[in-house]
Amino acid sequence: MSMRRVAVVGAGMTKFMRRALETPKELAWLAAKGALDSAGMTLDQIQGVVHGTAPDAFDGLHMKGEYLSEGSGGWKKPYLRCYVGGGTGVYAIAQGWFQVASGLFDTALVVCEEKMSTCLPHPQAAFLTIFDNITEQPLKPNLLWIFALEQNRYMARHGIRVEEIARVSVKNKRNALGHPSAQLGAELTVKDVLASEIMAWPVHRLMVSPTSDGAAAVVLAAEDVAKRVTDKPVWIQGVGWCLDTTYWTNRDLYYPEYVEKAAWMAYHMAGIREPRQEINIAEPYDPFAYKELHHLEGLQLAPKGKAPQLLADGVFDRDGDLPSSPSGGLLGVGNPIAAAGTMKVCELFWQLRGEAGPRQVPGKPRRGVAQAWGDLMQVGTVVVMGTAQL
Amino acid sequence: MKTPKNTETRTWPGAIPLESLYTAGLGGQVFFKALKERGEIVGTRCASCKQVYVPARVFCERCFAELSEQVTVRPQGTLVSFTFSNFNRDAQPLARPQALALVRLDEASTVLLHYLLKVTDPTQVSIGAQVKMVIKPKAKRTGSILDIEGFVLA
Amino acid sequence: MSGEPRTVRGTPLELADLKKGKVFTTAYVPKIQYAWDTGVAIGRYLEELKNGRLIARRCQRCQRTMVPPRMFCERCFRSTDEWVYVQDTGTVNTFSLCYVSWDVRRLKTPEIPAVIEIDGASPGMGIMHVLGKVNPKQVRVGMRVRAVWKPPPQRTGSITDILYFAPIKGKTTKVGTAKKPR
Repeated sequence: MSMRRVAVVGAGMTKFMRRALETPKELAWLAAKGALDSAGMTLDQIQGVVHGTAPDAFDGLHMKGEYLSEGSGGWKKPYLRCYVGGGTGVYAIAQGWFQVASGLFDTALVVCEEKMSTCLPHPQAAFLTIFDNITEQPLKPNLLWIFALEQNRYMARHGIRVEEIARVSVKNKRNALGHPSAQLGAELTVKDVLASEIMAWPVHRLMVSPTSDGAAAVVLAAEDVAKRVTDKPVWIQGVGWCLDTTYWTNRDLYYPEYVEKAAWMAYHMAGIREPRQEINIAEPYDPFAYKELHHLEGLQLAPKGKAPQLLADGVFDRDGDLPSSPSGGLLGVGNPIAAAGTMKVCELFWQLRGEAGPRQVPGKPRRGVAQAWGDLMQVGTVVVMGTAQL
Repeated sequence: MKTPKNTETRTWPGAIPLESLYTAGLGGQVFFKALKERGEIVGTRCASCKQVYVPARVFCERCFAELSEQVTVRPQGTLVSFTFSNFNRDAQPLARPQALALVRLDEASTVLLHYLLKVTDPTQVSIGAQVKMVIKPKAKRTGSILDIEGFVLA
Repeated sequence: MSGEPRTVRGTPLELADLKKGKVFTTAYVPKIQYAWDTGVAIGRYLEELKNGRLIARRCQRCQRTMVPPRMFCERCFRSTDEWVYVQDTGTVNTFSLCYVSWDVRRLKTPEIPAVIEIDGASPGMGIMHVLGKVNPKQVRVGMRVRAVWKPPPQRTGSITDILYFAPIKGKTTKVGTAKKPR
């Protein structure tokens, strides 16, 4: 491929909080400034700015992309907002990658933000609008419905028990205890998770990520700039994304084929043939506990229906063979929609540089995959990052 | 089974049942506190970009610096532009036109949008005119942009 | 190189801080209403619901009978070809027992949303609806169900002209036996 090599050279994020004093713009600035500072760079060294944020309804700001532009460092620069629902946080990385890989720019700042607390009576109500306006909304659906329907389908097809799913919450909330931005780190047992309120069977409260305010950002640079500003660039080795149909009741929800397609797109670019052997760390999207397992399967990191067993065997623990969500994930760190995906990319950056502090995965990991998911259960977005310059 | 001819399409009524509650944020706290408690207009200055942002902001959009230097500006300035609106926001005609002003306060780099008071006709106003801010009495201030009633010609 | 920032910024608030006016806020209640055009396919779908029937569209190239109906086939990217009535019976593909309403009120009796694969449509073609007249503990994936309609004078041409789907006694299909549409 005649693309230039692109590295992540800086990362930053705010605390993830149920309710922030900061305006959306201020949150974006805190994260973006943090990313620039960590790269030892200033805004005038940035050529292109990519912003990702989910539905305008959360922050309650129409033209939210424009509103957020100066907080994201977009003042008088080529600025772009991109959006694929919950998949946005990783998709935005691909958008920044295009700009640098193509040779258009030498540097790009990628910033994702969400302030869900603005939305009343509850951010949940904004999700009503994702269902088909004429054939589904009159049934007064809520977001829990589709997650619960998908989880049940996944469990029913493979004979998975709800206890096996609960382990994801235990692992991720524990991992989050080591994350300075985390909203919901906790030491819990499977019993605690199962004892929490049933919101929509088979989904219990502690299997659901919180609503959050927050922002996350990374700085991307072409090879020559990257080598000048850091001796530890983390290379973007592959990107991929894919959307399935919005006719979500016409496909079998037990397996996310679109995640598989997105993953293979990124893996081919990265020259990966055996993902389970060649990936050291995974940051799959975990807005609900089962989603991590569902996505590990879509990412080809577990055979279909087998992720729960690998989880029980400790494979996905921080010190396991394939640590999954060492950050603490959305379940532990929080879920400001678009920023949550970028948080996962930040985590790979810190982990692959050996800078993840108490969360550091042992064994000097060399390559990781981050993935986000969203829209009407239909989009997979994937980025593969590594210490090796391919 | 014989299928009848397609009937007419129609419209389906809908709404997005949401409300928003915005926090003023780090910059907004500074600005609205000064306005509510002291009736003052406070901005922030970026020393390196020579910009005074009004209302106060916490960061400079040009260089990304954190802004900690607060500046209280005089409540008077120059009319940068104005208009008279004959319609409300639901596109219904207004009984009396609403005059709107863009004002650069004397010590600010930025421009503020607010109402232009005590004028009824565009011929009474010209760009470049000096204007003064009208601030509500303390008892009526709540920490809102509406604590400023608007501008009058000086 | 500074590495991971050790001080993370952000100022958490409690809901009470907003209510007590500890921080300045501005409220906005948009008053926006929409009139969404149903379009041809869904217009007909709603009209037929008023008649107590479910209707689908068929694509002759991929041979799929699709419900909800659509005027173009998203796979073949061509016009669909014909209207086909399908049954008002089907199989529960998946379901949930939901104790939370759309506006996050807690419910004592759960709503039972389900995806129901419709008989007469291609395998795997489902619609979302709710189940009723069933003990929540007895709902199973694979359960056979039938639409329970509002009386004709009360129908308005809406998906809610079907009150819910109720079990057809004693019938269950094995999970995952339905073939995937091509």
